[in-house]
Amino acid sequence: MKLIIAIVKPFKLDDVRNALSDIGVQGITVTEVKGFGRQKGHTELYRGAEYVVDFLPKVKVEVAVSDEMADQALEAITASANTGKIGDGKIFIMNLDSAVRIRTGETGSEAL
Amino acid sequence: MEGQVIELAYALDTFYFLVMGAFVMWMAAGFSMLEAGMVSSKSVVEILTKNIALYSIASIMYMIVGYNLMYPADGNGVMPAVSFFLGGDNEAADVIASGGDVYYSALSDFFFQVVFVATAMSIVSGAVAERMKLSSFLLFAIVMTGLIYPVQGYWKWGGGFLDAAGFQDFAGSGVVHLCGAAAALAGVILLGARKGKYEDGKINAIPGSNMPLATLGTFILWLGWFGFNGGSELMVSNVGEANAVSMVFVNTNASAAGGVLGALILGKILFGKFDLSMSLNGAIGGLVSITAEPLAPTPELAAIIGAIGGIIVVLSVIMLDKSKIDDPVGAISAHGTCGVWGLIAVCLSNGDATLGGQLYGALIIFAWTFIVSGIFWGILKAVMGIRITSEAEEMGVDVSECGMEAYPEFKK
Repeated sequence: MKLIIAIVKPFKLDDVRNALSDIGVQGITVTEVKGFGRQKGHTELYRGAEYVVDFLPKVKVEVAVSDEMADQALEAITASANTGKIGDGKIFIMNLDSAVRIRTGETGSEAL
Repeated sequence: MEGQVIELAYALDTFYFLVMGAFVMWMAAGFSMLEAGMVSSKSVVEILTKNIALYSIASIMYMIVGYNLMYPADGNGVMPAVSFFLGGDNEAADVIASGGDVYYSALSDFFFQVVFVATAMSIVSGAVAERMKLSSFLLFAIVMTGLIYPVQGYWKWGGGFLDAAGFQDFAGSGVVHLCGAAAALAGVILLGARKGKYEDGKINAIPGSNMPLATLGTFILWLGWFGFNGGSELMVSNVGEANAVSMVFVNTNASAAGGVLGALILGKILFGKFDLSMSLNGAIGGLVSITAEPLAPTPELAAIIGAIGGIIVVLSVIMLDKSKIDDPVGAISAHGTCGVWGLIAVCLSNGDATLGGQLYGALIIFAWTFIVSGIFWGILKAVMGIRITSEAEEMGVDVSECGMEAYPEFKK
């Protein structure tokens, strides 16, 4: 199993959710987060004084999938979150040792 | 029949006076929301507490002594006679016998005046926001509303020496707004800037916490100003007076609109963006600019007077920032700088005003308020301190002074 963590633009969340649903992903977890990448935030203006907003709002999507679905899920997120502009985000993939469905006690891929 | 007409006119003028006064009372809500929106989120509870407390102090102090000082039974033009508490109201027989010269309730006059002193005090609250000790501020409010404001008010509206000198101030560009701003300026100079506002040789932005609230507050003030200026005509019960009140409403609105556009356009030229907070200051600047003479100008001239006020307010905010005078809400610029402009602008439409007379009035009001306020702020600073500690400021004046946060769920 793999855990996919995707940091995407907030307004792309619906597209990502739909794309993952379409390929059969059963559930995702979403968190509102802030951060910066290579663009290093941006400047805003208040009463004539410029100030730097270091951290931009993003959405973090966490998806646990079976090994065989991992590539498909990765493609779905990449395609749906892509605008081609700076700040589209990142995707991180890591191995997932185990998973448990709390209600039934099922483990492994069965729990996803 | 004649007696009944006089009684009816008395009732109508009193009713109009009370409703206009209630509009001005609502400006306290406008100041509260404007200031709550323009300070950072760690200073919101304290500024709301300050606003409702200062309104209440103003109401009580003006009732006990302020009103009697401003409209004394006797005085030599400079020093009003001192007396305490409100007198009785007019008897019907006396009103009829006056043939219409007594045309509104004495208590309605008190009510209309008391909400003005609260307005002057509200101006101070925004300028010293986020760093002043609440207890020191409230002690200052007692002196401001019981002594400083009433005495200079007596000089003009109570028939004192400024009135005798021909100084013109219809609804208080000087008596209310310049006075409030002068007290605020004295306080801000002794208090110093907010932490981090002027560091490393540059002006750092401390963005306001809630622009929708600031905008709502500005619209509330704009609404209240129809009472402020419209009520200052004092009478509505005949065709001439009804038309005059209407003219005042139209001009007040035109000037505020001019102020917004002046500030909006200048902001766009100077900063490259449409600056909301400057436009809000522009509305207030436009309103203050027309307050000294909202009746005589044509609506077109009123709009121009307001537009110039809107331009002045932006330049004044920038200038004060460059002088490291930190006014989080722009109150000194909108009420003080535009107050002086409003007094000068009277000369554009009112033949009774002279430039010399208007500048003389502005100078006297500013000097009296600035000096006496400065002395009292100085005494407070020496005796108990006027500024919260550095740690308290970092934590936020809400927690240090009031023990609560405006938006507690955000941090849970």
